[in-house]
Amino acid sequence: MTLNWQPTATVGTLRERARLIATVRAFFAARDIWEVETPVLGQGGSTDVHLVSLATLARTDKGQRKLWLQTSPEFHMKRLLAADSGPIFQLAKSFRDGEVGARHNIEFTMLEWYRPGFTLAQLIEETTALVAHVLPQPPGPVVHYRYRELFHRHLEVDPFTTSLDTLRTLAAQRGNMSAHALAEEGRDTCLDLLMGMVIEPTLGQQELSVVVDYPASQAALARRHQDADGEWVASRFELYLNGIELANGYDELTDAEEQRQRFDADNAERRRLGLPEVDVDVHLLAALEQGLPASSGVALGLDRLIQLALGKARLEEVLAFSTANC
Amino acid sequence: MANYSTNEFKAGLKVMLDGDPCSIVENELVKPGKGQAFNRVKLRNLMTGRVGERTFKSGDSLEGADVMDLEMEYLYTDGDMWHFMKTDGSFEQYAVEKKALGDTEKWLKEQVPYTLTLWNDKAISVTPPNFIELEVVETDPGLKGDTAQGGSKPATLSSGAVVRVPLFINQGEVLKIDTRSGEYVSRA
Repeated sequence: MTLNWQPTATVGTLRERARLIATVRAFFAARDIWEVETPVLGQGGSTDVHLVSLATLARTDKGQRKLWLQTSPEFHMKRLLAADSGPIFQLAKSFRDGEVGARHNIEFTMLEWYRPGFTLAQLIEETTALVAHVLPQPPGPVVHYRYRELFHRHLEVDPFTTSLDTLRTLAAQRGNMSAHALAEEGRDTCLDLLMGMVIEPTLGQQELSVVVDYPASQAALARRHQDADGEWVASRFELYLNGIELANGYDELTDAEEQRQRFDADNAERRRLGLPEVDVDVHLLAALEQGLPASSGVALGLDRLIQLALGKARLEEVLAFSTANC
Repeated sequence: MANYSTNEFKAGLKVMLDGDPCSIVENELVKPGKGQAFNRVKLRNLMTGRVGERTFKSGDSLEGADVMDLEMEYLYTDGDMWHFMKTDGSFEQYAVEKKALGDTEKWLKEQVPYTLTLWNDKAISVTPPNFIELEVVETDPGLKGDTAQGGSKPATLSSGAVVRVPLFINQGEVLKIDTRSGEYVSRA
């Protein structure tokens, strides 16, 4: 058998990709947001329980060190913010092990940017403007949803108050999962399953859907606040188009102590689940201690945006060489 | 049997689900924004032939199913069971139940090789070759000179199957049939 050496995307598509990336850079240049480049390798990695990090051993001036391939450029970019960089963006190669599929590739390009002084609402406006700027046709109106409202509308349950037993039963039923497999799972797994299997496919149809007010337990690196109903929610948004999650933005957590606690809680959960622990990014914590300006930041899957702009069914159709072919 | 994790679920992998052997048809990653990843898996139940969907947490695993496909010749039926013999020279025979035989019953012909799917060494399904040659045992008389297009008629074949054939076909002729579509291909 001859080895298939050819690109996963056609050369024509790759030229289109290059043109779209030029429009992205033009968008940021017009807004006076400058482009940075940060390392793919870091001494710390993402402790997020739902991400699997790749790591490598390197011979450094301090001897052999384990270095983590970054799952997003977030930590390094926040250190730049703490050093008074002002608004910055990056097209960053990022790595998430095991993520392979029609919308996933282990190595992918993250478009990430940070806006010191921006509220989350201002950043949502800018993110939808960027998406509209890149797509060949306008994506339709921007429609805002609260996480809770989506569960009421599609599933007639409340993500905060419905009992865990009811959520498990509903998740098994609507998510095609065996009740047995969910018997030990907590609220967030049930909510994730219902979100992924039932709600997400309905989002971003002839519109750009913005989802806000996620449960506080799903805050990741976002601040938390009390919503109009008095529930603690994450200061975080997600953007959807054609049922595909395009971007995830935060009103960034700036409290070093809370950040340290979240990292430690993640690693404790990793130990409980028998997952490998990830080295905490001590440089980020030191930067937060010195002071991160109040900022909003967003990470957008650039390959997915290009996939949507060019009407391709699978992510690999816009990648020069997918993981299967690299 | 070994266990297989969701990231090893490739099309064609045989696994056990709810006590039945299944073949993976499709495996797609579903990952909501920041949360738990799932695999949405399409599986064909090898006992019923039905395709269904099941979701797994990424990293969960299923036990492998001891399933294999073997080529065997059809020998005969005693009315209760259908008997097949391995083509590897071992003369080893397998008896197949009517339930496992399914639709293949109408495509049976002696000495033709079929694919038997065995689970724990028991036949659970029989797949005929894509093309098979069978004799017409009953059909209306052929129309002379009509060898071009124009109409079709039913014909009963030696295996019991009834297929649509061109008008010029006569009783006693041997025809090539596509067993997947049940359609006439040509004279043999």
